Amino acid sequence: MSATLEEALIGNYGSDFLPNLQNIKQEAKSAFIKNGLPKFREEEYKFTPIAKTLEKNFSFKNQVSQEIGLPDLAGQLIEDSAVNQIIFVNGVYSSTLSKFEQTDGLIIKSLKQAAVDHADNVEKYFGKLSDVTIDSFAALNTALTQDGIYIEVLKNTNLATPFYIYYVNTAQNAETHSFPRNLIIANSNSKITLVEKAITLGNNNAFLNVMAEVVVHENAHVHQVRLQNDRNNAYEVTQTQVNQTSNSNYSAYTISLSGGMIRNNLNITSDGQNCESNMYGLYLLNEKTHVDNHTVVDHKQPNSYSNELYKGVLDDKSKGVFNGKIFVRQEAQKTNAFQSNNNILLSDSATLNTKPQLEIWADDVKCSHGCTSGQLDKEAIFYLQARGISKQKAIGMLLYAFANDVVDKIPVEGIKTYLDNIVSRRLNS
Amino acid sequence: MSNDDQILDEFTSKEYEHGWSVDLEADEAPLGLSEDIVRFISAKKNEPNWLLEWRLSAYRHWLTLKEPDWANVAYPSVDFQAIKYYSAPKKTKKLDSLDDVDPELLETFSKLGISLTEQKRLTGVAVDAVIDSVSVATTFKETLGELGIIFSSFSEAVQEHPELVKKYLGSVVPVKDNYFAALNSAVFSDGSFCYIPKGVRCPMELSTYFRINAANTGQFERTLIVAEENSYVSYLEGCTAPQRDENQLHAAVVEILAEKEAEVKYSTVQNWYPGDKNGKGGIYNFVTKRGICNGDHSKISWTQVETGSAVTWKYPSCILKGDYSQGEFYSVAVTNNYQQADTGTKMIHIGKNTKSRIVSKGISAGYSQNSYRGQVEVMKRAENARNFSQCDSLLMGNLCGAHTFPYIDINNKSAQVEHEATTSKIGEDQIFYCTQRGIDEESAVALIVNGYAKEVLNQLPMEFAVEAQKLLALTLEGSVG
Repeated sequence: MSATLEEALIGNYGSDFLPNLQNIKQEAKSAFIKNGLPKFREEEYKFTPIAKTLEKNFSFKNQVSQEIGLPDLAGQLIEDSAVNQIIFVNGVYSSTLSKFEQTDGLIIKSLKQAAVDHADNVEKYFGKLSDVTIDSFAALNTALTQDGIYIEVLKNTNLATPFYIYYVNTAQNAETHSFPRNLIIANSNSKITLVEKAITLGNNNAFLNVMAEVVVHENAHVHQVRLQNDRNNAYEVTQTQVNQTSNSNYSAYTISLSGGMIRNNLNITSDGQNCESNMYGLYLLNEKTHVDNHTVVDHKQPNSYSNELYKGVLDDKSKGVFNGKIFVRQEAQKTNAFQSNNNILLSDSATLNTKPQLEIWADDVKCSHGCTSGQLDKEAIFYLQARGISKQKAIGMLLYAFANDVVDKIPVEGIKTYLDNIVSRRLNS
Repeated sequence: MSNDDQILDEFTSKEYEHGWSVDLEADEAPLGLSEDIVRFISAKKNEPNWLLEWRLSAYRHWLTLKEPDWANVAYPSVDFQAIKYYSAPKKTKKLDSLDDVDPELLETFSKLGISLTEQKRLTGVAVDAVIDSVSVATTFKETLGELGIIFSSFSEAVQEHPELVKKYLGSVVPVKDNYFAALNSAVFSDGSFCYIPKGVRCPMELSTYFRINAANTGQFERTLIVAEENSYVSYLEGCTAPQRDENQLHAAVVEILAEKEAEVKYSTVQNWYPGDKNGKGGIYNFVTKRGICNGDHSKISWTQVETGSAVTWKYPSCILKGDYSQGEFYSVAVTNNYQQADTGTKMIHIGKNTKSRIVSKGISAGYSQNSYRGQVEVMKRAENARNFSQCDSLLMGNLCGAHTFPYIDINNKSAQVEHEATTSKIGEDQIFYCTQRGIDEESAVALIVNGYAKEVLNQLPMEFAVEAQKLLALTLEGSVG
């Protein structure tokens, strides 16, 4: 890893954003300068040579901003997103493109504005939910972020319509890189559903490093869907840090279909009793797409429940990496934690690296993990063939059923339909 | 479970039973490690020049390496200059019979329950007893000799079969493999060598007992087992060590080579001094064990019962190179007090239609940390590879930890790999079921633990199964009747 790339990264971004948070930003910056991007074979990035990839594809020179309008995004937005859509252009919140219903009980602002209007909350949570100096990309995002969105759902507010957040990269003329940073707060007894997706315009390389801090207060429900279906020269690193308090419910749905190299870090701290945390993931990959999912659930208090299901179908030269960690602390008695990762490889050039990890310090717990890699059941294919269904179609049906276990969990109908189309088209070709 | 605490307390305060030290007049190297020490050891053992060169290359490579820190264990770093790298019980002449053996030594054996005479007469086990670093007596050699089987101490093998040693030494665990393997290659003092010729089925279990005896002597054994085409051998290794306050380093290397249609079964019961109940003292056990299924249809099976050592770092592995070859790993690891174990296996599937099976049972009690770390790798050309892994953890008390780190790397679509892990404690309902039927709580726990570990214990040869059960009971005494 040459120092120049890191210098370019750090050097080209001003740090005047969020003046009242300069301490933490400075700390993150020093940490990044000290540690740099993940080194070759570093344990947490062992199977994802991200530094090398970035070095090869990006110069991180100053990027030229480009004006876009809604017509530029035609066909890229999910149909039912018209109601609530929040759009970032190259990491900066666009108030002209975004629109959403203003309701009581909901505060949506750019993070910049929120840092003034809701300074207490921003200062309390920005960079405070986890140690942002450990992971290179968390540090990088904290140091370089230019903007983000602040969403706060007030007490007893149930928002039925999902919020779509789009990260648009305007790579028509030159490479882009963006570092949006979001803060989501669901106060007690509230409910919100978020859908996030990156859209790259143009043919140049794009790098998106998005980080979100999600605070789920008592009895609150947060559903977070992440769709990754971008160009194959779009590179994406996502960081989600979730803190849950008692009786809260958080579910993440991470669906990766295409892209260059994708790394998702999902960290959930279950710091309350009777919390429920769900993590669902599907990676349906072809060509040379590389997807790396790292999840951590840290059970700190008794009587909580976590459930994780990640499924993968790998074709062509794609590469799937899964690393799930479950920590059960000494105090977290009566924790129930389940983790499962199932994979099907369709090609001999596809690679799978999986590491489901349990670390347990409490004795009265039920924890299990399972992990499989295999092929479709030949008998099942035969069964369908015997009923006049072509072999290829039979395989498509079975794979669809395999993937559907995850798709079916998504609570947004519009997304389900959207995915259904893509998945069945992909699997039947 | 009302008297849970009491049971745990009793069990955690249990002192190590096999702790004593016999005063043998040792022939020792000075403290520290340098090229001179490596030369000293080599000269002491009257080794040929190529072996000295081999050791020196290992030593030079070792100097360039850094002590690994990725394992889930914490211990004060080892001062490699404060260790004596060679210590041999003095002997004046070559021993022909047991009568010539130092009576004190024989007493040590009888305390350990390894009466050579008894074993000779009754069990038919040939014992290559190693005290500290030099093999003292080898029994049944003649019987084995008739079949062409070579089973001797490593030093003897170097003198008598240099061509075999030269051919196979380092072929499975190369000099540059890892930090501790390099260290071992540089300073290994003795060990066992076993060679089973083509088509021979070894009629008895081969067994060697290791015992660390002199204070401050790290023991660096080297074991090399070669099974030629269509042969079979079952090899047993077990050990106990006397009580010491300073940590002692043990960095052994075991290499196994199985040719076409050969089968090697390697069983270990490890009961080194784990330190006292405050975590003081105990053995550091950093071992590299690896087998290669070189030929088609070959099989290597590792079975281990780990109850001792303060820190264990051990991953018996199989490289499944031959088509249709099989690897197995069965393990029970028990940690108590402040013991730390990071153990598991690697199954590297290279050949077609290779199969592997991993069964690992961890039991943690007291303040101990027990980790399973395993890797299953299916290479691109390994068509139809099959793996099944199961690793279960049992926690006793809430001050200990159980950790699982399974790495699964698949590069072939036809691979079928399954991994499964659970963590649990002994169910109150299970205990209740037993007590209701008139079985007291302690026996109930024993029953449940034995049942839990049975899948692994069943894999041990008869002679060892008994010892293993005894050890399990001893380690968990108080909670196990």
